[in-house]
Amino acid sequence: MVSGHSDTLKMPKAIKLLIAGGFGVGKTTMVGAVSEIRPLRTEETLTNLSVGVDDLSGVEAKATTTVAMDFGRISIGQDFVLYLFGTPGQERFWFVWDELARGALGAVVLADTRRLADCFPSVDYFERRGTPFVVAVNCFEGAPVFELDEVKLALNLGQDVPILLCDARRRESGKEVLIALVKHAYGRRPTAAAH
Amino acid sequence: MNPEWSPDEERLLDAPTIRPYVIARGRTEAQDRFDLISLAVTIRPTTGAEIGLDPEHQAIVRLCRRALSVAEIAAHLDLPAGIVRVLLGDLFDRGFVAVQQPQPEMDVLDERMYKAVLDGLRAL
Ligand SMILES: Nc1nc2c(ncn2[C@@H]2O[C@H](COP(=O)(O)OP(=O)(O)OP(=O)(O)O)[C@@H](O)[C@H]2O)c(=O)[nH]1
Ligand SMILES: [Mg+2]
Repeated sequence: MVSGHSDTLKMPKAIKLLIAGGFGVGKTTMVGAVSEIRPLRTEETLTNLSVGVDDLSGVEAKATTTVAMDFGRISIGQDFVLYLFGTPGQERFWFVWDELARGALGAVVLADTRRLADCFPSVDYFERRGTPFVVAVNCFEGAPVFELDEVKLALNLGQDVPILLCDARRRESGKEVLIALVKHAYGRRPTAAAH
Repeated sequence: MNPEWSPDEERLLDAPTIRPYVIARGRTEAQDRFDLISLAVTIRPTTGAEIGLDPEHQAIVRLCRRALSVAEIAAHLDLPAGIVRVLLGDLFDRGFVAVQQPQPEMDVLDERMYKAVLDGLRAL
């Protein structure tokens, strides 16, 4: 639904990017480094989830789950506004991911070489969904240094998936990662002919 | 003694958790109507005398003098995003705000979008 009055009102187009990766890998840090506003936090309250799997009482359990997400914003002139969402770290929040990933232009998967496996679920998720993504290896001090090719191999990434080093605390570095992502998404865009 | 009220019960009800659902009056159908990045902008200010507008509605109208996403409104007003969707639905239906839904299917086909975003990011 594009709502009535917007034809006469000049509103920017909102575009969504995701910053994913394991617990504590630097998602919020990266959002904050590139955002024009201090990262904000929003809560999605999800209800009517059946969580009765291990509930033997036979009574359907309805639960309310609240998931907090950090996000930031980058205005691109008057015409576009990018929203960067740090995905909730835990896998049990897949259902939020589905909502977040819907309509996302692409995703950054942050990886930490000390705990590389932590980003497997994110990589799997975006591969399965067909969401364009890049892998950014966040360089923590004292983390083992690997060749990017080795990391790519370890993650079993497709040849075309860009992988780069980053420092999530630095704006320049975050910018580079986002540029790589948008370029990659451009290369993977559906062509008009296919529609 | 009022049988509807017991101090024990009141302690169980955590006001900050309950309040939003009171504002939204249990309506959930609007939840799917707006995305987290749907943008809202005020097109008609409230006078404060409107029937059926809660302080939270008024706060959204004031906040959206510039276009803000559902996620931003929720963060600024410290309300769950789902509640903001419901309140925005009310305001939209009554002509106080315009809402622009994201159109990712169209955006991904728009070459100019990629170029503008890349140029914008490089210029940051
Ligand atoms: N040395 C170093 N520290 C970093 C870097 N990025 C993040 N950190 C630190 O790592 C910690 C975790 O960063 P966050 O940005 O909170 O990570 P997160 O992925 O949002 O964490 P969760 O949301 O809890 O999963 C913080 O103390 C950061 O300051 C980096 O590039 N280098
Ligand atoms: Mg975080």
